[in-house]
Amino acid sequence: MKMKEIRNFCIIAHIDHGKSTLADRLLEHTQTISDREKKDQLLDDMDLERERGITIKSHAIQMNYLSNGEVYTLNLIDTPGHVDFSYEVSRAIAACEGALLVVDAAQGIQAQTISNLYLALEHDLEIIPVLNKVDLPSANPDEVKDQIIDLIGCEEEDILMASAKTGLGINDILEAVVERIPAPEGDPDAPLQALIFDSVYNPYRGIEAFFKVVNGKIRKGEQVKFMNTGSKYYADEIGVLKLGQESRKEIGTGNVGYIISGIKEAKEVKVGDTITSFERPASAAIEGFENVKPMVFAGIYPVDTEEFEELRASLEKLQLNDASLTFEPESSAALGFGFRCGFLGMLHMEIIQERLDREFNMTVITTVPNVSYYAYMKKEPDSKVIVNNPSEFPDPTKMERMEEPYIKAQIITKADYVGAVMNLAIEKRGQLKNQVYLTSERVEMTFDMPLAEIVFDFYDRLKSISRGYASFDYHPVGYRESDMVKVDVMLNGEPVDALSALIHRSNSYDIGKKICEKLKELIPRQQFMIAIQAAIGAKIIARETLSALRKDVTAKCYGGDISRKRKLLEKQKAGKKRMRQVGNVEIPQQAFLAVLKLND
Amino acid sequence: MKEPLSEFFYQSFHSLAGAYIHIPFCKQACIYCDFHFSTLEKDRGAMTMAIIKEAQLRKDFLPQQALKSIYFGGGTPSVVPIADIEKIIEALDNLYGIDASAEITLEANPDDLNEAYLTELSRSPVNRLSIGIQSFKEADLSFMNRAHSAKEAIGCLESLAKYGFDNYSIDLIYGLPNQSPEDWLWQMEHLKTFDIPHFSAYALTVESKTKLAYLQAKGAVELKDENAAKHFELLQDFAKKEGYEHYELSNFARPGKRAVHNGSYWEGTAYLGLGPSAHSYNGKERSWNVANNALYLKALEQDGLALEKEILEEKDRFNEMLMTRLRLLEGISEREINSFSPVFQRHWLKESRKLLATGKLVQFSEGYRIPSEWRFFSDGIAADLFYT
Ligand SMILES: Nc1nc2c(ncn2[C@@H]2O[C@H](COP(=O)(O)OP(=O)(O)OP(=O)(O)O)[C@@H](O)[C@H]2O)c(=O)[nH]1
Ligand SMILES: C[S@@+](CC[C@H](N)C(=O)[O-])C[C@H]1O[C@@H](n2cnc3c(N)ncnc32)[C@H](O)[C@@H]1O
Ligand code: SF4
Ligand SMILES: [Mg+2]
Repeated sequence: MKMKEIRNFCIIAHIDHGKSTLADRLLEHTQTISDREKKDQLLDDMDLERERGITIKSHAIQMNYLSNGEVYTLNLIDTPGHVDFSYEVSRAIAACEGALLVVDAAQGIQAQTISNLYLALEHDLEIIPVLNKVDLPSANPDEVKDQIIDLIGCEEEDILMASAKTGLGINDILEAVVERIPAPEGDPDAPLQALIFDSVYNPYRGIEAFFKVVNGKIRKGEQVKFMNTGSKYYADEIGVLKLGQESRKEIGTGNVGYIISGIKEAKEVKVGDTITSFERPASAAIEGFENVKPMVFAGIYPVDTEEFEELRASLEKLQLNDASLTFEPESSAALGFGFRCGFLGMLHMEIIQERLDREFNMTVITTVPNVSYYAYMKKEPDSKVIVNNPSEFPDPTKMERMEEPYIKAQIITKADYVGAVMNLAIEKRGQLKNQVYLTSERVEMTFDMPLAEIVFDFYDRLKSISRGYASFDYHPVGYRESDMVKVDVMLNGEPVDALSALIHRSNSYDIGKKICEKLKELIPRQQFMIAIQAAIGAKIIARETLSALRKDVTAKCYGGDISRKRKLLEKQKAGKKRMRQVGNVEIPQQAFLAVLKLND
Repeated sequence: MKEPLSEFFYQSFHSLAGAYIHIPFCKQACIYCDFHFSTLEKDRGAMTMAIIKEAQLRKDFLPQQALKSIYFGGGTPSVVPIADIEKIIEALDNLYGIDASAEITLEANPDDLNEAYLTELSRSPVNRLSIGIQSFKEADLSFMNRAHSAKEAIGCLESLAKYGFDNYSIDLIYGLPNQSPEDWLWQMEHLKTFDIPHFSAYALTVESKTKLAYLQAKGAVELKDENAAKHFELLQDFAKKEGYEHYELSNFARPGKRAVHNGSYWEGTAYLGLGPSAHSYNGKERSWNVANNALYLKALEQDGLALEKEILEEKDRFNEMLMTRLRLLEGISEREINSFSPVFQRHWLKESRKLLATGKLVQFSEGYRIPSEWRFFSDGIAADLFYT
């Protein structure tokens, strides 16, 4: 196979604009999958993706396509649309020369259409705009075409009309991929340089790494070196990514493949690393990926305290497949040993917790998430102390000031919802910076806001006040001085560090009160009374009492009651799975996240 | 693959079985009740024939062996003529045979137990009564919307001996709103006065979609767990002092007077349930009739059944075993635990150890039980032991 017959491209878009469905049609059209293998959003192969109907992981797959008498090798990468998984998009982009920018013909350009487009342009990708869902009665192709032309400065003819649902326009898309996207460049005769863009732990096969060969080629059995870690391995198995993996003797320049090489430790593989030949090494590694900056931090603790080391091993393995996860050990008086983990957002945090459970059988408790603050002490006012955890909050009397991270938020919504969005932003300590009417109907609003206010329930609230007609994107804009306090929670007089939260002074009393109320609702009654208190320093700011449970049995138990009751108790028991004993009080997972649910 | 039934199951299911007949009619609706019943009179005649037909259609559900118990429950069985009850008993006798010492119970409400009715009843095969007294206090009865008066409650108990009924039970409800510990002690005094051989005492439970649930939601009545817990404690003391065996969470008997039929629910033996909403169990599957008189009658009119069923997996049987046996004074026997597959035995060993350590479970010569101070938490304890 010659390089000029390879095309590497990804599908990028705002969430739900139809990337994975479009991938289905491309796979069918190229007969990469058989009729029997067909199913909706086939590349969303994790249970979690299927249950939630969203893509979480980028997924690479190779197709063969016949055009003008030539057989082309098309390496496609389907990417997620949700902001929390944007690191997946950026790594996919690094392995491609072109991108299909999919835009929903009914919804038009949305926040992640723009941010993902810029990511692709930064890497000089050829952009093919695809107007999808033109079959929808609510589609507005003419207006959305204008938006696309405005955004990327293309010609109207460049925009392909498609429906991933009906299959309209699929052939045109494949033709455009062949014609418009350049073949990979690279020197087949140069020493091997292959960029690792993803990896995964497979319990049966060991660690698998996915790469794109940038220069040279890789052969089965040869000795290779991972340039950053310096480790050497034999390429025991290499191959290409079809619906399953297909082994090959050789993967040439410009192509995408996988390697299995007896790597023992998860730590030995890093996405962004370069694979080279041991015999004839390249002089330098390819530029890898920028490290991701976590947006939120939370503690992850095993429910069973004895599983700390197992949790570490699981996190290391999970990190192979999720390079945006960061973690380091921490300890809590209430919960024992665990890890402070960094996430790109709340959905990311939820997914990590779920994946630990499903893929590694680790039941964990996650604690109140927070952003990363800077504290400056009176003694050394010029050196900042990083506070990623309420327990690191310094003694306020010795602190000169504190800073919190701010972001620029871009919200695109309908004119009707401008007022509601404004109120929400103000409630979240936001400041309006700019407001532009994109059309008479669509408005783009830009706010400066503390990151802490948006990572929690902002997105859900935004969606509900705008009935779904608002999209949202944000970028960090640095730190600003802020008056933060630490609100502690005590159960029966004992402080529970894992329930502490850092909160802006202006609403600390109000939130302290709401936390107590919420905990009262979330902690199940136990066989003794529980006093729930919130305090700032030594000052108690709120109190609730949870009365003792005195009865936990139904009076009757006859023929008809038995199945019903068993099912009810089984459900209750399942709810108890994520409970952690702190002192003598059993605290359910939801209680640790109570701060996030104060408005429910 | 067919799961081999252990020896234990053979013993339980191929020996004694009971029949439950649901009589789905009441005079009026009590505010707490979520049993299936209708207050209309129109279908009462057709129901007896339909129940008999159902028994014939489902003849093979139970092993061909004489019944050890028959129980007429409701609703209110005492609203149908005794002749109808006798017809049903006769049909069952023809189909299965009835053991000579079988317990035949009829649930009856005090307002129906007049002299004429008792006379007829004493001549019938019914040999045990379960009487829905609920309370001896007029205000409670009217709060509950019962059809009878306190006077009728006392009256029927006074006449029982006269008609030779020495095997009977009464139902009482405690934990009523505004019921003080003294009130409850006063209720229990009546058990002594009439030397009641068996009684059931139920903590008032708010079932969804009842008038009581509505009143509670609206804030018109308030039920406090701590009241029920206090009453339960008084009840335990009373039983001990007066020589009643507290043999099931809500059931108390003089030695030798335990309920045979209800025992089949708690001990996991087979039962056939006839009539709308009745449940059946044969050790492997549980089935239930539609809880609707018209649909039930219609199906049987066409020689069909309006029956749903579920197959119980070993896990389900294990969990049900925990849930029901832990309500019993005798608890769970070692032997029964060992009748389950090794996974379940190991699970039991691991989970029970934690509860034994906290004293919520105690071990004695034949098995395990919940000690009296934890009995009011039986469901939670069973759930802790569940296999999931
Ligand atoms: N009517 C219509 N619906 C479509 C079309 N393409 C996709 N959809 C529907 O849009 C929804 C989202 O499709 P996906 O393919 O999962 O979208 P996605 O862009 O991959 O979503 P994420 O990966 O979560 O960002 C699904 O319900 C699809 O059936 C289309 O062309 N027409
Ligand atoms: C099948 S029911 C009714 C029998 C009969 N119809 C009667 O009312 O006397 C059996 C008993 O369950 C009890 N019971 C029914 N619903 C209850 C509830 N919600 N809470 C507590 N006990 C209840 C009552 O004591 C009732 O007598
Ligand atoms: S408690 Fe008895 S009488 Fe009252 S409605 Fe229920 S079944 Fe009928
Ligand atoms: Mg997708």
